[in-house]
Amino acid sequence: MTPKSEQDVANAVADATGPIVIRGGGTRAIGRPLSGAVLSTAALTGIKLYEPGSLTIVANTGTNLAQLETVLAGESQRLPFEPMDHQGLLGTKGCPTVGGIVAANVSGSRRIQAGACRDYLLGVRFVDGQGTIIKNGGRVMKNVTGYDLVKLMAGSYGTLGVLTQVAFKVLPIPEVAATLSITNLSDIDAQRALSLALGSPYEVTGAAHAPQGTNDMPITMIRIEGFENSVKYRAAKLKTILEGIGEVWVESDPEKSSAIWKWARDVELFHEKAGDVWRISVKPTDGPAIGAKLDADGLLYDWGGGLIWALLPEGTDARARLAGFNGHATLIRASNDTRSTLPVFQPEPAPLAAITKGLRNKFDPRGILNANLMG
Amino acid sequence: MEMPAPDPAILAKKSRLVGLLSDVLPPDAVVHDTAETRAYECDALTAYKCPPLLAVLPASTQEVAAVLKICNREGVPVVPRGSGTSLAGGALPTADSVVLGVARLNEVLETDYDNRFIRVQSGRTNLSVTGAVEENDFFYAPDPSSQLACAIAGNIAMNSGGAHCLKYGVTTNNLLGVTMVMMDGTIVEIGGEHLDAARLDLLGVICGSEGQLGIVTEATLRILRKPEGARPVLVGFESNEVAGACVSDIIKAGVLPVAIEFMDRPCIRATEQFAGAGYPDCEALLIIEVEGSVAEIDEQLKVITKIANKHNPVELRESQSAEESEKIWLGRKSAFGAVGQINDYMCLDGTIPVSALPHVLKRIGEMSKEYGLDVANVFHAGDGNMHPLILYDANEPGELELCETFGAEILNLCVEVGGCLTGEHGVGIEKRDLMTNQFTHEDIAAQLSVKDVFDPGWLLNPAKVFPLKTTESRRAA
Repeated sequence: MTPKSEQDVANAVADATGPIVIRGGGTRAIGRPLSGAVLSTAALTGIKLYEPGSLTIVANTGTNLAQLETVLAGESQRLPFEPMDHQGLLGTKGCPTVGGIVAANVSGSRRIQAGACRDYLLGVRFVDGQGTIIKNGGRVMKNVTGYDLVKLMAGSYGTLGVLTQVAFKVLPIPEVAATLSITNLSDIDAQRALSLALGSPYEVTGAAHAPQGTNDMPITMIRIEGFENSVKYRAAKLKTILEGIGEVWVESDPEKSSAIWKWARDVELFHEKAGDVWRISVKPTDGPAIGAKLDADGLLYDWGGGLIWALLPEGTDARARLAGFNGHATLIRASNDTRSTLPVFQPEPAPLAAITKGLRNKFDPRGILNANLMG
Repeated sequence: MEMPAPDPAILAKKSRLVGLLSDVLPPDAVVHDTAETRAYECDALTAYKCPPLLAVLPASTQEVAAVLKICNREGVPVVPRGSGTSLAGGALPTADSVVLGVARLNEVLETDYDNRFIRVQSGRTNLSVTGAVEENDFFYAPDPSSQLACAIAGNIAMNSGGAHCLKYGVTTNNLLGVTMVMMDGTIVEIGGEHLDAARLDLLGVICGSEGQLGIVTEATLRILRKPEGARPVLVGFESNEVAGACVSDIIKAGVLPVAIEFMDRPCIRATEQFAGAGYPDCEALLIIEVEGSVAEIDEQLKVITKIANKHNPVELRESQSAEESEKIWLGRKSAFGAVGQINDYMCLDGTIPVSALPHVLKRIGEMSKEYGLDVANVFHAGDGNMHPLILYDANEPGELELCETFGAEILNLCVEVGGCLTGEHGVGIEKRDLMTNQFTHEDIAAQLSVKDVFDPGWLLNPAKVFPLKTTESRRAA
């Protein structure tokens, strides 16, 4: 099914007699393996409204992310949450869609400072499991009218409805960016450096650490963005703050800086490498201890140490290795078998699981939309 | 505003409830004397008053759970209350309800600068959250005008904003986790010290749910390092349209000020008489604030003043000192008080796309003449969150009703141009009946179904947010 309008989506869902698998660009096969009739958003394309002076863009969910970003760049604006591209990591091919990044609440390194996809999502339109068209939020930056189902839909992986249209708050692209790096730090020292930088007044917009970087050496990276003079000033200030931890190298070529952060954002370290990939969110200072406990074949820390990407042997249960921790772990890449046996998403305590189930039953009483994707 | 008639069966068992609640709370935490319950008869929407059956003041999450368990079993509606500063009637009781005030839950539980969060009990005031971390140069970003008095519990319930949210976001963008008590007394932890939800973003839907899904007793809040400095510039214009265009141009230019505040002539005149901040006598005025080091501020203000000058301002005043900055903000900060000196007023909160500012301001001016009621406009222009203050005389029969009709017309205009009924104050009872102008029956049904899941008995703050007739069968069940 490739519905051409929101009403077509509503009809398709209402008429469905079995499970529906919602498909955007097909680049993020995350969750339990699915079977059912494919409903593609490929024909729900188009930017419906873009007002640079209001920092707002509205697009249908099948719109290519790249196209949306090109339009924004034309006005020197961007999606501030820096959505990662999963293709290299998951070995998929396609065009990521606007709906896909919302459905999976996909954010990148800038999330630590700017916020997540859900923080920039102003409004949604979607079709629930009965084929009813529902809207929530809108296209303005401040809106507390009724319940915030916008946040609920972000990251719900299509299990509450088929997203048809989304509105984002966008921000200006800063004039320049620079990356400060320190080599050879232990995970603990690196995390300390990242906390120092993020706790400074110098507006760090990226804070990552790879225990084994591109040339197998530990590398710790800190990004600042803004007007040229301001970036120079803040780079110098941060260098002073971090001097006691290690020697700081400043990369001020914006293109090189951009490549470094694409590398971190897309977890290029694990591309083409065999094994399962886990994504773990914890309190930043817990990062190094969690990383050590995982005993992983590869690690990448982002978000000041609080986001851990771990490469583990096939079929390993990362949660079992951690034996209880504060935070959550998601199995991003694994065989169908592993994704059918291990919970892909972090199991919830019983009262929260009951709420989640209750919401699923309300929005999709027949349980047909991406059924079981979230387990 | 209509409120549901009290249930006589609940009114009849007041003494039984007092007994039950006194078993789980200290004596001074159960307020039942009719003279004392009056203290809880309204919030900052003072036009509507009704003393509750009882008020309770629990001092721990466990006490909140014990209270809710009893009320749930007895089928008694519960109205959560932070500091009672809601402008929308969010904490307005009914005669058969128990007000649950969180004022005694005011401790700081943990501060963590390495991970940049603070965990507080929810009755703590907004400003005192910043107060707890400012000696280490950190702050809590959302800054509603009532921040001296308003509680974090209420901020979460209404998803409160403030003047500085253009840069820092509103409550939901700064909330990491909550401890919440469900209506049946179950205590749940949602979110925490890490980022993002493990599964569905329940935290996102709880924030802004106006106390209808659960009672938040503790909150983990993101704290930020204070910028090195901040400086405002004041720019006066000869028309609202020009000021609106200037706002749009600044945003397009790639500078992101921390605040862009707008005042129109009636508001400027009122504040000048009241506070004497030395504002120019002009049609519209912007206060634009930027942050950073001295050099960074200079650089940003250079861009801003260049843009502003293209719009032929009648005055452009860049602050040269801390005192001058304070004076520039003085008028803006005393605007509500200043307008209150002139007459009673109703404060609206509709949000519109920034591009629609000139049109909406013009229409409000025209409507003001039609209704014969003056309007002063003061608002967060950067994000389109308007605050028209409609002046009326509460002692004049019929004026409140006229003012409400006028207000409704302004809010419907906000919706018509692509905006919404409320940007940061919440729906409460005030905008409850206008919800059908912004939402379809299906849109509302989806929201109601969320409450069905969290509070199947519809006992938590049941007469708020949604038009009464859409919730009647649920409340009666």
